Amino acid sequence: MDFLAASAGPIAEALGTTILLAVAAGIGSIVLGTLITAARISPVPVLRWAAFGYVQFFVNVPLLVLLVLAVFALPDAGFLLPLTPTAIIVLTLYEAAYVAEAVRSGVNTVGKGEIEASRALGFTLGQTLRVLVIPQSLRAAIQPIGNVMIALTMNTALAAAVGVVELTSAANKLNLVEAQPILIFTAAGLIYMALALAIGLTAGRLEKKLRIRR
Amino acid sequence: MTSSTSPAQHPASPLVSVAQVQKHFGAHHVLKDIDLEIARGEVVVIVGPSGSGKSTLCRCLNRLETITSGTITIDGVPLPAEGRALADLRAEVGMVFQSFNLFAHRTILDNVALAPHIVSKVPLKQARAEAVALLERVGIADKAERFPGELSGGQQQRAAIARALAMKPKLMLFDEPTSALDPEMVSEVLDVITSLADDGMTMVVVTHEMGFARRAADRVIFMDDGRVVEDTTPDEFFDNARSDRARAFLSKILAH
Repeated sequence: MDFLAASAGPIAEALGTTILLAVAAGIGSIVLGTLITAARISPVPVLRWAAFGYVQFFVNVPLLVLLVLAVFALPDAGFLLPLTPTAIIVLTLYEAAYVAEAVRSGVNTVGKGEIEASRALGFTLGQTLRVLVIPQSLRAAIQPIGNVMIALTMNTALAAAVGVVELTSAANKLNLVEAQPILIFTAAGLIYMALALAIGLTAGRLEKKLRIRR
Repeated sequence: MTSSTSPAQHPASPLVSVAQVQKHFGAHHVLKDIDLEIARGEVVVIVGPSGSGKSTLCRCLNRLETITSGTITIDGVPLPAEGRALADLRAEVGMVFQSFNLFAHRTILDNVALAPHIVSKVPLKQARAEAVALLERVGIADKAERFPGELSGGQQQRAAIARALAMKPKLMLFDEPTSALDPEMVSEVLDVITSLADDGMTMVVVTHEMGFARRAADRVIFMDDGRVVEDTTPDEFFDNARSDRARAFLSKILAH
């Protein structure tokens, strides 16, 4: 057990990277996913098709493939970014597709009469989306979005495969030295569990607080 | 904020003019040869059996429903097609729905202040101050920070009236405003509508409340099967209805 305490510094640093990946890509994917949903329900056919194509692409390609492509192919094409920002961008693009699907499930809960009322008040379509449809959809989709955020946190572990030193990567490195796989990966797993639990509890609390009483 | 019937462009011309309007829902012909003019300050109550087309006519006036043929002009301007111009016109025509349709995720105060702020670009502080005044006027200022779901039906409908008034409309449309209310809440809503009428607001009210029609209307329009069958004063309509259909309708409604 002593070696775990001795390597607390590097593990804490790696945990910090995991949290950075999850929080940055989490915020990014919620913003991007919401915009994709707005495009998906807009009256402009080009936007609707583009949003549909985006979701289909990212839902149907494995995250690991995307990460490997971004890390090894993009530099060849002349885009050079440090590893961690690259991973954040790929995670954001990938999870945004799932957030978009979650938010879209909330769109159906928006009252038809309320949309009619906003039109009768003189709202343009964009204003109706921004003031009424998107806010109500997000409120209805808090729990599913929370689940996407938990999946995102687990998916940050894939960044280890392309060389980002996050929690799984640090655990792996420690195991190479100490050869205590059960202990080390159980500890890493417990940390992931704690993160997932925190996200789930936050989502539950937010949902209770922002629930729409009808 | 009472007489928002602003200095009229053409004081003599009617505010609403409906000419030869037809409306179909698929094969169903719901509005037939509708001709109608509404003067400024006039209170027009539309009555008739359900399915007679009265709600549809009301909803056509701000183009929530599109018409098949004919023309509708508001203040001399033909109803524009969907888009910016239509949004601008709707901003000047208030509408109150049977099912209130308040924005469920915003407070009552926000419900009233939102449209002036977003649509008319009134500064938020001013929009809120005006919203408070309107809520006082309809008697629910104490509910300003509550959410729609926490209010009774009558209170919600009064908030919805305040929300429509916040845009300072030149015309108000009421589409069966009391039909979804428990009986004991009908009068609090009708009182607000009556006080608006007394202030000179031009309005079209679709309703089943015959007492209100008699008290508040300048004109009663009786519709049946998609047509305007009677267009007359309330006294004339209730005491001397000319058509058999109107008399049959009244005898059914007033019998109990």
